[in-house]
Amino acid sequence: MILTLHDYWSARGCVILQPYDMEMGAGTFHPATTLRALGPEPWNAAFVQPCRRPTDGRYGENPNRLQHYYQYQVILKPSPTDLQELYLGSLAAIGVDMASHDIRFVEDDWESPTLGAWGLGWEVWCDGMEVTQFTYFQQMGGFDCKPVAGELTYGLERLAMYIQNVDSVYDLAFNDAGVTYGDVYHENEVQMSTWNFEVANTDSLFDAFRKHVAECENSLNAALPIAAYEQAIKASHVFNLLQARGVISVAERQAYIGRVRDLAKGACKAQIDKMTPVWSTRFPEWSL
Amino acid sequence: MTDFLLELRSEEIPARMQDRARADLEKLFVAELAKAGILAGGMVTYATPRRLALIARDLPDATEGAREEVKGPRTSAPEQALEGFLRKTGLTRDQLTERDGVWFAVTEKPGRATAEVLAAAIPAIVRAFPWPKSMRWGDASLSSESLRWVRPLQGIVAIFGQELVPCEVAGIESGFATVGHRFHSPHAITIGGAHDYAEKLRACHVIVDQDERRALIRERAGALAAGAGLKLIEDEGLVAENAGLTEWPVPLLGRFDEAFLDVPAEVIQLTARVNQKYFVCEGADGGLANAFVCVANIEAKDGGEKIVAGNQKVLAARLSDARFFYETDLKVPLEEQAKKLEKIVFHEKLGTVADKVERVAKLARWLVEEGIVKGADPAHAERAARLAKADLVTGMVGEFPELQGLMGGYYAKAQGEPTEVWEAVRDHYKPVGQGDEVPTVPLTVAVSLADKLDTIVSFFTGEMPPTGSRDPYALRRACLGAIQLIAQSDLRLPLEQALSLVTAMVWIQRENAEIERDRPRTELIDEALRIGGIDQDGLSERARLALVIAAHPDIEILDSKAPAKVLDFFADRLKVQQREAGVRHDLIDAVFALGGEDDLVRLLARVHALQGFVATGEGTNLLAGYKRAANILKKEAWQEGPALAASPAPQFSLADMAEQSKPFGDEPRRMPDEARFIAADLAGGNIPQTGEEDPLAEPAGQDAAGAAAGERSDDATPVFEPAEAALIAALDAAEPRAAAAIEAEDFEGAMAALASLRAPIDAFFETVTVNDADPAKRQRRLELLARMRAAVHRVADFSKIEG
Repeated sequence: MILTLHDYWSARGCVILQPYDMEMGAGTFHPATTLRALGPEPWNAAFVQPCRRPTDGRYGENPNRLQHYYQYQVILKPSPTDLQELYLGSLAAIGVDMASHDIRFVEDDWESPTLGAWGLGWEVWCDGMEVTQFTYFQQMGGFDCKPVAGELTYGLERLAMYIQNVDSVYDLAFNDAGVTYGDVYHENEVQMSTWNFEVANTDSLFDAFRKHVAECENSLNAALPIAAYEQAIKASHVFNLLQARGVISVAERQAYIGRVRDLAKGACKAQIDKMTPVWSTRFPEWSL
Repeated sequence: MTDFLLELRSEEIPARMQDRARADLEKLFVAELAKAGILAGGMVTYATPRRLALIARDLPDATEGAREEVKGPRTSAPEQALEGFLRKTGLTRDQLTERDGVWFAVTEKPGRATAEVLAAAIPAIVRAFPWPKSMRWGDASLSSESLRWVRPLQGIVAIFGQELVPCEVAGIESGFATVGHRFHSPHAITIGGAHDYAEKLRACHVIVDQDERRALIRERAGALAAGAGLKLIEDEGLVAENAGLTEWPVPLLGRFDEAFLDVPAEVIQLTARVNQKYFVCEGADGGLANAFVCVANIEAKDGGEKIVAGNQKVLAARLSDARFFYETDLKVPLEEQAKKLEKIVFHEKLGTVADKVERVAKLARWLVEEGIVKGADPAHAERAARLAKADLVTGMVGEFPELQGLMGGYYAKAQGEPTEVWEAVRDHYKPVGQGDEVPTVPLTVAVSLADKLDTIVSFFTGEMPPTGSRDPYALRRACLGAIQLIAQSDLRLPLEQALSLVTAMVWIQRENAEIERDRPRTELIDEALRIGGIDQDGLSERARLALVIAAHPDIEILDSKAPAKVLDFFADRLKVQQREAGVRHDLIDAVFALGGEDDLVRLLARVHALQGFVATGEGTNLLAGYKRAANILKKEAWQEGPALAASPAPQFSLADMAEQSKPFGDEPRRMPDEARFIAADLAGGNIPQTGEEDPLAEPAGQDAAGAAAGERSDDATPVFEPAEAALIAALDAAEPRAAAAIEAEDFEGAMAALASLRAPIDAFFETVTVNDADPAKRQRRLELLARMRAAVHRVADFSKIEG
């Protein structure tokens, strides 16, 4: 399926990237999305990104929820006028028969408080299940997206469940030799759910959060936005772990989100500052 | 006459915005056409997920010519003024017309072809469209000025009769072509005009009329349920939402594992409705059945088998998640959960939710112990309050915040709490806003009222009252809820005392927190108590509060005037509530103006009695008499006591008269009542009772009035004129009756007693001159009027009543 998507989007002008080697809550955090959504330069990319959402862990007991799973990300900037048709074409390519399944675009405005980003779009439903998040980015890191990028985020496990017609993610065939998704990941889910919810040392997590914040600021001072952004990603993940451990109160939560957002915004601003001379030269009609 | 069709096709429009969008489209269209003087014979709008359409019937083919006249400066005005006018109008001087010494610019506008008007109107409508949320997209979005629409706009069909209305918005040109259903007929189709629009779309699997789609969903979903021996639980919101998500709705019936029915029905219904937009069904026994109806947007080639299977799978996963939460939550007793509330901040300035629970528990208990809420057990009230917020930390409420209260009720019931306790836990958020059910079970009333009073007082104490349109903590809603609870159960709540009590608790909690940090201060209080010989345990909350205030003049965070402000807030909300219930605002003001009343039930009884009274002839007449008395007193700057006899002689200024005439509405320059009375007296004629048409009511009468008063003073008069004596007697009789009735809270009775003053007052004004030349008489009569006014004011401040 991944190979089919790679072929499909590669044929439509996307560069095919590899997953980013850091823990992140969604493919959108990949710098190829976040940082590349800034500025006027066209950018078309597709890649797989593993995602970690500690609070979604269910100890391997829920057929549909995982604390670690895979997203397939496509970003097209500026958004093409036939983006919906392109997307439906990709579904057809991976074997979704649209004459017998019910595909719908249901309003879902996307917002990432930790990235200072928002967009309008839909969650795409296939027979009532959300299989893709479809978003037209309007802002990233607090900056208007000029031009707007279209972002497609496919839930790979869910799509695979459709195509293979299985009820539980753990029953997915991982290959043709009888290895299932459960064989590969079930134990991982059990252990990691336990660690995320019960074991992770919160003192060292708090400590890690502080250190990533400091290192992000350090990188910003050195005018290294990409390095700063990496630290923001790390801080964000540590914050998610703290959330799963239930040690962040409602009031503190906002404050933590605000701090991660400030880091992400700082990195975006630094990136813009760094790139503006180049962008302005190549795109004289562009302005912030 | 010709019909016009407009279709604005875009990527999927959110279902919830479609109705509003149709209304806005019609409004904008009518406004654009009205500018050109065109009125449509009829109009209909349609919305589907992918298109917004309008058909206007019977439009003229061209507009009538119009003559427009703009008034300019006077011909005598300086040259610059004329030049400015010429610049503004773009005309030369010989093109202007002069009339009555004023320049006019007259332009004759020839009629325009309607098609031309439409061509200009369409882009204007698109650009001005007020979507609640809109976006930019595509290449054009390099600029922030690019067109904004709800989702990318894809096409425009604009046909007047059979002719294309050529126009262009943001690079999209109008045409005859649109598309059919996304999957059934994805290819372009050509529309002929308004006449064949709906039918051509229908042939391409698009039912463009939302009402038809809704009816279809309603009927088909109901029939599917009935076919399975079940009854669909109707939900118009869901019907509209599903109709907004489909162009070709196909309801399908699915099932879920019966084992999930262990999960509370509300949870199943909520997850089905909110997350999946499914209808649920009930069985013959009235309980939830293990069936649902989803609405697909396609006539699937396998009859929907795969679609149903898919939807069943999704719902099973959702329900399995819900069951996971439910079962996990059930393992933890609510009192254990409640302990976690200590870690949850209610508001950074106001401590934790546990602090709040502590206060609510005490207040709920107090409400019951004091007999304010009757028929409840104080221990149960406290228990229910202590458990009421515990579900906030459960997994289920974390997932579905709208289930707060309800889940607490389930969990409390499951752990064997008494019925009234779990019911109170379940219902203590009610009423949520106007129209919600108002609890009447005493224990629930106690907990709910305590919770709301605490919320309001807490935020006021922390100086966070609602301001203008901002009410982030929904205090207005909480206040309205409290008012409804009080009124519904006739609670005789001494509001001021209750508010002070909550304030005291907020303060004491903060004080206790302070104590932990600041031992010496506590010791100081203890020392003070010891010296004073006071047993600390025997102190009332209010005394404790006084001590806290005394010991901490420096506490800054908390507003010591909070109780008074909350009282005002209640008064405001009550006024709003009564106004919305149809009570005249001036009557509400008349009762509120008395002040000092914090018993809302008594206050409302007064308002309602007054409302009944002023509607009667007696009421109207008494009001008229009262107004005359009050106006005279006002004019004499009469307050209370004889000291005012030395006040300056009355003078009828225009300002006074304007002031005086206010309560009578819009007749300007009406003469004050006494002047009218005296003038009429002088004329020997009839005395107008109120401010109706009065030929003598001219300011010119003032001198005559003064003279009249002077003349009258020469007459030898008895000590009491008969009407004067009669009024005194009437007051002597009415006052104790009214007082007794008020004491008994029989406000109708009090008003009936006052009504007996009406005839004596009328007679008094007919025959007695207040403004007697003899200062003693004048003084005495003014005092009499003041006494009458005071008697009336025991019921309501009649000066606030209009008419």
